[in-house]
Amino acid sequence: MDFLKVDAVHHTYFTKTSAVTALSDVSLDVEEGEFVSFLGPSGCGKTTLLSIIAGLLEPTEGTVTLEGKRVETAENEIGYMLQQDYLFPWKNIEENILLGLKIGNSVTPAKKAYALKLLQEMGLKGVESQFPKQLSGGMRQRVALVRTLATGPKLLMLDEPFSALDYQTKLKLEDLVSDTLKSFGKTAILVTHDIGEAISMSDRVFLFSARPGQLHKTFEIPKELRDETPFNARNHEAYPAIFQTIWKELESLEPAGER
Amino acid sequence: MSPQENVKYLHQKYLQSLNREKKWVRFYQTVIFIVFFSGWELASQKQWIDPLIFSAPSKVWGLFLTKIQDGTLMVDLGYTLSETVFGFILGTFLGTFLAAILWWSPMLSKIADPYLVVLNSMPKVALGPILIVALGPSFTSIVAMGAIISIIITTIVVYTAFKEVDPNYIKVLQTFGANRFQIFREAILPASFPTIISTLKVNVGLSWVGVIVGEFLVSSKGLGYMIIYGFQVFNFTLVMLSLLVIAIFATVMYQLVELLERKLIKNGS
Repeated sequence: MDFLKVDAVHHTYFTKTSAVTALSDVSLDVEEGEFVSFLGPSGCGKTTLLSIIAGLLEPTEGTVTLEGKRVETAENEIGYMLQQDYLFPWKNIEENILLGLKIGNSVTPAKKAYALKLLQEMGLKGVESQFPKQLSGGMRQRVALVRTLATGPKLLMLDEPFSALDYQTKLKLEDLVSDTLKSFGKTAILVTHDIGEAISMSDRVFLFSARPGQLHKTFEIPKELRDETPFNARNHEAYPAIFQTIWKELESLEPAGER
Repeated sequence: MSPQENVKYLHQKYLQSLNREKKWVRFYQTVIFIVFFSGWELASQKQWIDPLIFSAPSKVWGLFLTKIQDGTLMVDLGYTLSETVFGFILGTFLGTFLAAILWWSPMLSKIADPYLVVLNSMPKVALGPILIVALGPSFTSIVAMGAIISIIITTIVVYTAFKEVDPNYIKVLQTFGANRFQIFREAILPASFPTIISTLKVNVGLSWVGVIVGEFLVSSKGLGYMIIYGFQVFNFTLVMLSLLVIAIFATVMYQLVELLERKLIKNGS
């Protein structure tokens, strides 16, 4: 049985004046422990699809199941990390990372200790009583990752989590996130429009086309790249070839004359 | 001079200039205070202004001392102050509570919208006579005046703040499976604290208006009664004394709200 199964999902947004189809007949599977990326131009419904998988949005048609259960019924099994950290500025770091547990009424000494240990492993020791605005962008995004992981989700979704960071911080965080998720054997979905990021971090890349959002093509990342850290993968000799392939495919999606 | 000593020296100069500026500000503030009161006193004694209408600081001070000694000022002040504080707390609390209900039920907020607009544009002090007849010419009706004047505007402002909370904070909570109450407690309310505090500051002034007008109408005790009584017997020293006392205590209340603001809004700054 598949771990995550997206089956014939179709979603249309209605407004007073229009009906916009964001996703059209999207079906895909993700294996347990796999790291996949959703890549595509803006307007291809990536974020809509994440919201549907997270159970925040009910698709107009189709179903999403996690381990055979509908995602709408799953509780705290899916972690969702947003584009920006969205740490609560009025809560200190400790309160922020324990937020998910507090919402689920499941704060136990063991889980609290686990969250604090995660924070240390992320290289953030001694910041527990500080407030988010005292930390740098990269540190805040790491805290947001700890907050997402603290509830022990089975599936982790990352919605362009590095796009608001400077390049150097982004490369370092890619390594850290990839390393952390691999060591926990977590299944993850990364949404990005950065081809390099998609290639270097994932096992498979799903390429979407826009208007309406459709699954265009799936790319398997060669094993030698998968085994490397994201930073090393970018410098691997197999990297340019797959980059070119995906680049050409993306180019072909853009109607001529649009840029 | 080594560069390090130089930096130290420059820093010291900078601090001195800050200090000097602060001293000048204080100096001019004191000058304005002295000029205003001595000018008032002088103009009154030289009959440049009618001393019967504008009184004089010395007369106000004299009356202040007598009224302190016979204890009547404290009684009036006590009434007005407690009415204002109650009205203020009630108005802010009920206003925020109504805003929470409107946030809770979008349907209700749509239904209530035109009524809120009408109630907000209506001059609340015009309800005074009705309140006094309904609740009796007492403490209760004056507190109600102090509260009613700020409820609707608090509701509208706070409800708008609730709606403008960044939806991504709500999304974060929803991914953890938060229910509507948890979303309100963890994101909506704390994110709106700055707005609630700034309505508190407005409400301090509004509650004083409500209470003073209420006392005008009930005319039995309080600083508002002192004003209306002084007006009727043409004792404007009494009116001035009442005005000065109101100015001082309204300022004190405002400062207390600012203190609360510093306590309540903590984000490491």
